Amino acid sequence: MRDAIQVESHPLDQIIRADRLPHIWCPGCGIGIVMRVYGQSIIESGIPVDRHVVVSGIGCSGRVAGYMNIDSYHTTHGRAIPFATGLKLANPELMVTVFSGDGDLVAIGGNHLIHAARRNINIKIICVNNFNYGMTGGQAGPTTPQGARAVTAPYGNPELPFNLPYLLAASGANFVSRWSNLHVRQIREDILYTYKKPGFTFIEVLSPCPIGFGKSNRIEDGLEEMEIYRQRCVLTRDGDVRAEDLDIDLREDQPIYVGRFVDRDREAYKAVKR
Amino acid sequence: MSAEQVLTGQHFMNGDHACAEGAIAAGCRFFGGYPITPSTEIAERLARRMPEVDGVYLQMEDELGSMSAILGASAGGVRSMTATSGPGLSLMLENLGLGVMLELPCVVVDVQRGSPSTGLPTMPGQSDVMQVRWGSHGDFQIVAYAPWSPQEMFDLTILAFNVADRIRVPVVLLADEVVGHMVERVVIPAAEQIERWDRKHPKVPPNGPFDPFKVQDDDLVPPMVHAGDGYRIHYTGLTHDEHGYPDMTADTHQALVSRLVKKVHRNASLVMRYEEYYLEDAQIIVISYGCTSRSAHQAVREAREMGVKAGLFRLITLWPFPEKKLSALSADTESFIVAELNLGQMSSEVERIVQRQVIGVHHAGGAMITPERIFTEIMGAA
Repeated sequence: MRDAIQVESHPLDQIIRADRLPHIWCPGCGIGIVMRVYGQSIIESGIPVDRHVVVSGIGCSGRVAGYMNIDSYHTTHGRAIPFATGLKLANPELMVTVFSGDGDLVAIGGNHLIHAARRNINIKIICVNNFNYGMTGGQAGPTTPQGARAVTAPYGNPELPFNLPYLLAASGANFVSRWSNLHVRQIREDILYTYKKPGFTFIEVLSPCPIGFGKSNRIEDGLEEMEIYRQRCVLTRDGDVRAEDLDIDLREDQPIYVGRFVDRDREAYKAVKR
Repeated sequence: MSAEQVLTGQHFMNGDHACAEGAIAAGCRFFGGYPITPSTEIAERLARRMPEVDGVYLQMEDELGSMSAILGASAGGVRSMTATSGPGLSLMLENLGLGVMLELPCVVVDVQRGSPSTGLPTMPGQSDVMQVRWGSHGDFQIVAYAPWSPQEMFDLTILAFNVADRIRVPVVLLADEVVGHMVERVVIPAAEQIERWDRKHPKVPPNGPFDPFKVQDDDLVPPMVHAGDGYRIHYTGLTHDEHGYPDMTADTHQALVSRLVKKVHRNASLVMRYEEYYLEDAQIIVISYGCTSRSAHQAVREAREMGVKAGLFRLITLWPFPEKKLSALSADTESFIVAELNLGQMSSEVERIVQRQVIGVHHAGGAMITPERIFTEIMGAA
């Protein structure tokens, strides 16, 4: 076996709290990849690092706030968006990104999600969607496909899931895209793009959770789920797929559409001035 | 401050409006709220006033969002407030706890109505006293004030912001429907006469070693850093060490939670407010607060006219309870009467402190407790 490669520095040193590592995520988890892209985007954004703020809720993805070496707020379950809303309006100079998971943002925080999109608050959402509640051990949530198994859906999930781009498009977001963990360049491009775009923006990133979702659904390592994305992700262009047709079922042999679904310029929220 | 920001002068104003003007005068520049009777006049007034002072009025989708938004605004360096009533407060409690844990100053106004549940939306109650004290999960020490007049809705709102900023704790203004809707004279002082206690800021510059939750002073309050200050700090609702990092151990938890409680008591001299009427030689002391203390005041005066040595201990600070003062009073007092518009929430607290049974004048809410009822109890005890 070769000696381990040791390096003096890492390109993300300035942006990651290395003293907080190792992180808590499971082997095969996709959140770290998205966090890395987020960190890289901060550096490349041209916006001073000290103007970047990250707000997270609770859950595996919610732990991102704790690893980013910027002003970071790890709030309560579901409340990252309203907290970020207050923060942004208190100091509009800040670039406020909400980094959290599907359970946090869409289930317990769903009301805030749609209303912040409706108001078109100028905050940037990165939503890691791993189709279940990972932190608590793999329970079914609002994005779990119908029929998929979870520790709380041992006979298969009887409920229909949210199609997040469709939900966000209807709610009024200025920008909505969906990528998988494989699409790191596209995620980076979209994060940088949304930093220049006023209003509420939403990037969904489909992400492996082999220990939570995977173990109940025979996708038992992260690479296997990545392979599903490699084989089945289909890039949409210029609205060739309607937002209402973006349902996902990892277990079925059907395309998983990725791409930008909404890119518009509704007026961003502005506080009333007299 | 310009004259527009502080409406200096004498006004004939309801308590909710006085509270809103107190917030503006205190420099509050962010209101996030959800309409609920009987507090809506605060939101309505601020929807008009905030834009005039370059502040933000934001109507949230619910009270969970309202509470979270004002914490976010506070983290951004702005004095922030919400206003609600009992049902809304119930929804805010989890994030009130986040405010305690992150030590984010803010003011929560609860204009109490008849409860539980939807109860009596347009009628008074005082039954959120224990909800405020214990409602959020875990051990914590909240600060709460009970105004008895529109003037105090103004004055105590300003005090609430000052206390919140000075000791980094959410402060609740525990008003009630009577005080909120009552119209009385409100005197708003000149802007320069309005006291302001600011947040402490770090003495070290950013980019050096800094422990944002390390206590440096006897007051147990760490200096406050805002988003964008350049310190790159981490705030978490998880149990955290002095650096702000999660540290989920029993020892760190004990140290953190006990400090959060102790810091309020350590700063009691800044927090405590009460009024004493005829207490010098009183043998019967009525304890009351908020709208009910107006009836109690009348009853005590009438008893005095009858030659009965009655007095009123009017609570302004409800939490932390002025225990030392009450203990000192209890030695020479024959009877305590506690009058409140609930079924005895503060009576139990008083009994715990004075170590004897008190006479409770209680009602579940919906109408004022009359002076006559309290007077009758005083005469019965005499």
